Amino acid sequence: MSESNWIEVGNVSDIPKLGARVVRTPDGDIAVFRTANDEIFALRDKCPHKGGPLSQGIVHGKRVACPLHDWKINLDTGLAAAPDEGCAARFPVTVEDGRIMLSLTAELA
Amino acid sequence: MKEKLVLVGNGMAGVRALEELLKIAPEHYDITVFGAEPYGNYNRIMLSPVLAGEKTIDEIMLNDEQWYIDNGITLHKGKLVTEIDRAKRVVRAADGTEEKYDRLILASGSMPFIIPIPGKDLPGVVAFRDIYDVDRMLAAAHANAQGKGHAVVIGGGLLGLEAANGLLKQGMQVSVVHLLDTLMERQLDKPAATLLKRSLEERGLNFLMGAQTEAILGKDKVESVRFKDGLEISADLVVMAVGIRPNIELAKKVGLHCERGVVVNDTMQTYDPRVYAVGECVQHRGETYGLVAPLFEQAKVCANHLAHLGFARYEGSVTSTKLKVTGIDLFSAGDFHGDDTTDEMVLQDPGRGVYKKVVIKDNRIQGAVMYGDTIDGAWYFQLMRDGTDISGFRDNLLFGQAHLGDSGHGDDNRVAAMADSAEICGCNGVCKGDIVKAISDKKLFTLDEVRAHTKASSSCGSCTGLVEALLAYTLGGDYSQTPSKKPMCPCTEHTHDDVRTAIRAEGIKSVRAAMDTLNWKTEDGCSKCRPALNYYLLCQWPGDYVDDNQSRFINERVHANIQKDGTYSVIPRMWGGETTPAELMAIAQIAEKYKVPTVHVTGGQRIDLLGVKKEDLPGMWGDLSKAGFVSGHAYGKAIRTVKTCVGKTWCRFGTQDSTQMGIDLEKLTWGSWTPHKFKLAVSGCPRNCAEATIKDFGVVCVDSGYELHVGGNGGVKVRATDFLCHVKTEDEVKEYCAAFLQLYREDAHYLERTAPWVERIGLQYIKDKVVEDAESRAVLAERFRVSQQYAQIDPWKERAEGRDAHEYSPLMRVG
Repeated sequence: MSESNWIEVGNVSDIPKLGARVVRTPDGDIAVFRTANDEIFALRDKCPHKGGPLSQGIVHGKRVACPLHDWKINLDTGLAAAPDEGCAARFPVTVEDGRIMLSLTAELA
Repeated sequence: MKEKLVLVGNGMAGVRALEELLKIAPEHYDITVFGAEPYGNYNRIMLSPVLAGEKTIDEIMLNDEQWYIDNGITLHKGKLVTEIDRAKRVVRAADGTEEKYDRLILASGSMPFIIPIPGKDLPGVVAFRDIYDVDRMLAAAHANAQGKGHAVVIGGGLLGLEAANGLLKQGMQVSVVHLLDTLMERQLDKPAATLLKRSLEERGLNFLMGAQTEAILGKDKVESVRFKDGLEISADLVVMAVGIRPNIELAKKVGLHCERGVVVNDTMQTYDPRVYAVGECVQHRGETYGLVAPLFEQAKVCANHLAHLGFARYEGSVTSTKLKVTGIDLFSAGDFHGDDTTDEMVLQDPGRGVYKKVVIKDNRIQGAVMYGDTIDGAWYFQLMRDGTDISGFRDNLLFGQAHLGDSGHGDDNRVAAMADSAEICGCNGVCKGDIVKAISDKKLFTLDEVRAHTKASSSCGSCTGLVEALLAYTLGGDYSQTPSKKPMCPCTEHTHDDVRTAIRAEGIKSVRAAMDTLNWKTEDGCSKCRPALNYYLLCQWPGDYVDDNQSRFINERVHANIQKDGTYSVIPRMWGGETTPAELMAIAQIAEKYKVPTVHVTGGQRIDLLGVKKEDLPGMWGDLSKAGFVSGHAYGKAIRTVKTCVGKTWCRFGTQDSTQMGIDLEKLTWGSWTPHKFKLAVSGCPRNCAEATIKDFGVVCVDSGYELHVGGNGGVKVRATDFLCHVKTEDEVKEYCAAFLQLYREDAHYLERTAPWVERIGLQYIKDKVVEDAESRAVLAERFRVSQQYAQIDPWKERAEGRDAHEYSPLMRVG
């Protein structure tokens, strides 16, 4: 993972609590989530089930419910909650002084 | 230091209590389990299929030893607890093993009842209770390889018949001896029992009815059985299956108050509050239970109390029975005998081997017994437990739920007869074989579990009845049926009604406050409960409550309908389905401007612009708004459309101005959020071209005024409306519509359409509030008007002007 892949994408306050926003990249959308406790997670904006945009789902705890068929995806691991099986790619993300830093290189599951 | 919890009895009820406890308070206790049998926890109700050779012991294990290890539970198997020192709080087993406890669960189950007759202790006399008994029966069945052995089963009840069937399958000749002249007299009436006996005889069982056993004879082992009337028949095996009784030996010995069972209160505590009891050993409000569903309910309450939550109460169970004999469909529930104060409805078709009886009192089901066609058993049972007033469909009741207008699934009748490849869930493509396999392999007990593992019944829900029937068919009768008090979702124990009551009574005004006040089990709820809570709050506090956008499903959050590719559809409102050339031109121009790939006319007479990119939505709405359009709310649990015909303005048959009536109704109701989508229609004459009789609220114009119809829908489960009443004036139509709508808004559960709502609460309830009581009608209509003041604000215009801009633009674009 090269350092240059980290970019600032906005402030924590730009995303509603229990919500998500999208970062558009040439390689596809990345969904950036904010939990009730202001934790930030980033996943490929594609449900492992049928490709639904996870950024549009309802966020609860550390999960998001896909808007198409209600699969629950864990924000921290990208894994679908049992008994469903599948994984959305994770992207490293950190917060510095309220600013969100996102790496555009997906982590290996 | 953790408290110590000891479970005495490693059976289904006790272990289920531990499972429930681990779900809600996994760290609370150090847990130790004593089990007298040398196994982990197995599914006792599946012993019949094991005996019949349809399943193996491995297949019916519920919790293997690894489960105890994984959950940090100490298991003492094969150790019978003989003493509980309640003063020192120590449990002692026969081999001397001791464990201290802070809390104790007693789940000692039941003992087979052995008739005190000579010979009862001879080798070859067995009960039918555990794996050991099954092993002995199987050994006897296979002992006599050449000639078939003869088994005598004493007891023609549920257990006896299942044992007899199993032994027959193992190749034995079997005679069933019953004291009375009706089989399963506690579960069946005479006609049903006669049909059952006939079909069991066809399978090769022999019956001795009205026979009282006097003695079991034999030197070293069983040789024959003698009856009071002197008859003597040979026997290689005698199975005593005359009943069970609570095993209260230990409880009595240690001074816990017992009657027929160990007496417990509504929190499953015995007279010693540190000692809980669950399962077949328990006596609660005078009742003892031998079926699985009540035991599971008890386990849940016990766990809730042990976890220091303490809000769950056990209030007794209404039970139903099915026989676990493959190929025999039999169901009974409640009081099916009836008396002078009840009506009995009976359907008998001897040629098809079908018999159904439903006992009704004051238009409510008291009990039911069915043979041969039991597909509607679960439905009758639900109606019975809910106390639903059935007067609205009394004339069709006996023909079953399919005859209430379920055109989609009318033929899918008998699950037992269906092929494994038969599709049960059309939405998710799940076949009977998939479901049966998941139930057996994954050891599923409840509808929710089947939904999670197979997806069947998890989408539109129209196959729920079939899935429940499959559960009953696969597990045998006493699977854990959907409780009549359904929690809203797994985040809470509370029902929809509980939650609404609390919101009103406690003055709860936010989703967060509702979850805090009502002890939600999860941090932020889930995608099921949050939208429901949000709806209940906005319905209760119009104008006051601040809508929680993040608790809205995406469509309602962004006011457009998400499509499978992530684009959205836009449907402008078109009052009463009427439009003008100018409006059409405006729509055409806007569609071209935003390069809309598909334009479609909807079933509700509106124009749908599909494939719009999310970023384009506010701009498009701004243009539509300038042309005079508002949101059609086609994306919401909300008022959708009012479909109309052209009425007497043009049509030679028209009796009233149905189009104007439709426009007026749409102007009155648009913008209102409802528990589920709500559609209206107005037809200008009884030819009903606007299809008003499959709408949530339908008006059929007649020469003398307007017929009002409610509770219909098309879709997966077509239901024609019920006739509500006839009114004379347009103003009355509007008032009745507003009142009906408000009653639905305030009473129905979230995501319950008017059709199931009307069936659940009964049409009479609606008539009482909307038709027969003018004051109640006026109050409801007024509340609707008040809430409309805050609802009729066009969400599209607001967003075109910049509201919620973050929803429609990416956080950032890279590259």
